[in-house]
Amino acid sequence: MTPAAPRRAVVLGGNRIPFARSDSAYKKASNQDMLTAALDGLVERFGLAGERLGDVVAGAVLKHSRDFNLTRECVLGSRLAPETPAYDIQQACGTGLEAAILVANKIALGQIEAGVAGGVDTTSDAPLALNEDLRSILLDANREKSVQGRLRQLLRVRPQQLAPAIPRNEEPRTGLSMGEHQARTAAEWGITREAQDELAMRSHQNLAAAYERGFQDDLVTPYLGLERDQNLRPDSSIEKLAKLKPVFGGADGTMTAGNSTPLSDGAAVALLASEEWAKQRGLTPLATFVDAETAAVDYVNGREGLLMAPAYAVPRLLERNGLTLQDFDLYEIHEAFASQVLSTLAAWEDPVFCTQRLGRSEPLGAIDRSKLNVNGSSLAAGHPFAATGGRIVAALAKALHERGGGRGLISICAAGGQGVVAILEA
Amino acid sequence: MDRYTQLVNTPIGKTVAKQVGLPKPVPLKRHTPGAPVVDGRVLLGGAPGGRLAQSLAQVLADAGAEVSTPLRPDLRAAAAEAGLDAAPWTPQASVDHRYAALVFDATGITESAQLDELHAFFHPTIRKVARCGRAIVLGTPPESARKPAEAVAQRALEGFTRAIGKEIGRGATVQLVYVEPGAEDQLAGTVRFFLSPRSAFVSAQVVRIGKEGGKVPSDFDWERPLAGKVALVTGASRGIGAAIASTLARDGAHVVGLDVPALEEDLKAVAAGIGGSALALDITDADAPRAIASYLRREHRGVDVVVHNAGITRDRTLGRMDADRWNAVIAVNLSSIERITDALIEGGRKAVLNEGGRIVCVSSISGIAGNAGQTNYATSKAGVIGIVNAYAPELARRGATINAVAPGFIETQMTAKVPLAIREAGRRMSSLWQGGLPVDVAEAIAWFASPATGGVNGNVVRVCGQSLLGA
Ligand SMILES: NC(=O)c1ccc[n+]([C@@H]2O[C@H](COP(=O)([O-])OP(=O)(O)OC[C@H]3O[C@@H](n4cnc5c(N)ncnc54)[C@H](O)[C@@H]3O)[C@@H](O)[C@H]2O)c1
Repeated sequence: MTPAAPRRAVVLGGNRIPFARSDSAYKKASNQDMLTAALDGLVERFGLAGERLGDVVAGAVLKHSRDFNLTRECVLGSRLAPETPAYDIQQACGTGLEAAILVANKIALGQIEAGVAGGVDTTSDAPLALNEDLRSILLDANREKSVQGRLRQLLRVRPQQLAPAIPRNEEPRTGLSMGEHQARTAAEWGITREAQDELAMRSHQNLAAAYERGFQDDLVTPYLGLERDQNLRPDSSIEKLAKLKPVFGGADGTMTAGNSTPLSDGAAVALLASEEWAKQRGLTPLATFVDAETAAVDYVNGREGLLMAPAYAVPRLLERNGLTLQDFDLYEIHEAFASQVLSTLAAWEDPVFCTQRLGRSEPLGAIDRSKLNVNGSSLAAGHPFAATGGRIVAALAKALHERGGGRGLISICAAGGQGVVAILEA
Repeated sequence: MDRYTQLVNTPIGKTVAKQVGLPKPVPLKRHTPGAPVVDGRVLLGGAPGGRLAQSLAQVLADAGAEVSTPLRPDLRAAAAEAGLDAAPWTPQASVDHRYAALVFDATGITESAQLDELHAFFHPTIRKVARCGRAIVLGTPPESARKPAEAVAQRALEGFTRAIGKEIGRGATVQLVYVEPGAEDQLAGTVRFFLSPRSAFVSAQVVRIGKEGGKVPSDFDWERPLAGKVALVTGASRGIGAAIASTLARDGAHVVGLDVPALEEDLKAVAAGIGGSALALDITDADAPRAIASYLRREHRGVDVVVHNAGITRDRTLGRMDADRWNAVIAVNLSSIERITDALIEGGRKAVLNEGGRIVCVSSISGIAGNAGQTNYATSKAGVIGIVNAYAPELARRGATINAVAPGFIETQMTAKVPLAIREAGRRMSSLWQGGLPVDVAEAIAWFASPATGGVNGNVVRVCGQSLLGA
């Protein structure tokens, strides 16, 4: 038997909860609470109560060990049919988009008809690990058979061992935070403070406008008193952004709290399906999930910047699809840091990067900046790591559909020197 | 390394030297066969509108250098074209490494106001130069400028590089290379020399590359540039001459060493050590030019490289100097060079000096600056510069070149005879705070001798660590 030829996977829409700033509106909400809420909002919007879907794929970057089966637990807590299978994945900030790739691929191969892809993260209810010494004492005590034996082990505990090991936002192999890594890349590519602040301001203005005109109405469901993303500052201005002190790259650094994403909490999911499945339910496909690519770079040996992998992934994706960088109507380049977006664009315009590192004969060239992140991105919305992919897939699919067709590019950088990119088309 | 350099580089010596403000000479890195041209990252910049970025990028690529360039489209395109995976550089980039070399194409500077390009490039980078690093500025010879304003701006470069030489410290050197329009493809030999540890003791020099040189073949063997060539080195039995002989042999040449009959045993030992031959005669003998010419024709069917190194000193202040002392020095250091050169180039195309030949003379900073007690010597060594100037056009016509090195204080038997106080002063009165080694002079001569530097003609280059004398 020959397997069926691949078919189209389409994006039908999405749902997310507003993103909150760390230790604020969602400080008591767990990953499971938030992902279940986002899932139930999707069920509500698309009438999926009691439906058995092919897969729900999601993940969280910061995850409690008790959440080993987070997504499946959320499905069981949602109004989807309990017969809906689910699994967790984790690819840092690329988690949400990688989940969408997996769901789209199974749909394309005819293995499932419909699925949900998404992610969730909390930096407020973050898992704390036990101090390593305390952990080994407790394990030793646990192995003792007698009460005295256990007591003897527990008496080894010293006060300083009670301090928890807090998860750190740093690359294990370099000991540098992501921001410090990006500060180097930004300096290398000559990304100015002004250009970063300008990009940040546009992000706030674009997201505010998207809320104003109702664009977010069928993408976001209010949660725990929040109706809009808590980080959004519609009145953000160049003057205000210019006042902030650099937080990365030392005293002369260009990266501030205003042009870097804040720690945030939230969840987002997107619904993907085959065209037949959508038709049967009278649902309108917003965009086709055309193709995707994941790349990784050697940032450890300083060969390449930590967050530069999308600069490699996109050209490979373009090549495979016979497209140029200019063949897009909308670009969604995740704003981990304004300078990450700008470094990536600078690299694509650079003859050395494009010929020597990408092996092309000429640069990819510049993009029309008016097509970039037109409904705002992570600088304004916030960036609960694994939730960002779901937010972008749903919002881009909707924007393409809204403009009556077109092609969109998604680019997301991730910790560990990775990048996940995809093409949507309507 | 001399005693002082050794001492101030011990932990105690370092502390003492720092506290009493003594100069601290850095042990200079020198070339070892097989080592890369440049060990570390090179920053290649230039003023907008320059004409050398492309060929410099190619030279750096061929040399296997790691390169960074400013993010300017012309420089990035030049790097890409040369196949260089050049890292982008911007002034705000907080580099945690040091640059092995800063290379700057200043040919785009056509008026004095644009000299700010020098400031823009070197101000953020000059303190990031590695130990024994290099700074090279390339310009247009003022005499080839199209307008007076350009000539002025280009002439100004010389003050800049000489001043950097005195600031840069840590064993680093700086040079100015004037490239005649049309000679853009002749940079390789000279830029490689100045980038590499071969030019360890050469600093604050001005070199002109003319367009007569001819392109260097792409399969040129940079490890053995003189393979198949015959080189005559006078005064080869010891000191600088012995170093020249072994350096040219290392570069592939068959060396004919020449020295006075009294030193024949030493000379034979040097020749045997490098697979060369020995020719014992006194260059001041009336018959010497003819004897040398016929030996070279008979044994080697000509000669490719001639190094006039033999020289003597007979120091006295002029009032105390007898005529013998005067005459001996002029005869050995100057007249014999003229006579031998004439004998080797006579006969047009049938001359003993082969087509594309190289003549290199050894002058001295005494001949540039003058030196008390050395009226005879200074006269002879200034005359050597005169030989270079006078013969260069004729040699250019036969695709050959003539150049001179002017050594400063070099550690040899000759300088070991100088009284201690004067010797110490001679060593320390330079930007590198130390004397040079015979091999430093030899490496400069090997650069002039290379088939890759045909455009370098009529130059006098000091090998003096930017000595304060006559600078
Ligand atoms: N050592 C320095 O600091 C220094 C500085 C400037 C210039 N120089 C020049 O470098 C050259 C080499 O100097 P060095 O320090 O090695 O001196 P050196 O005295 O050690 O060597 C000179 C060699 O030339 C030979 N020579 C002298 N007269 C000769 C003759 N009539 N015929 C054939 N050979 C003869 C000598 O026998 C000797 O082997 C000389 O021209 C000298 O003037 C040296």
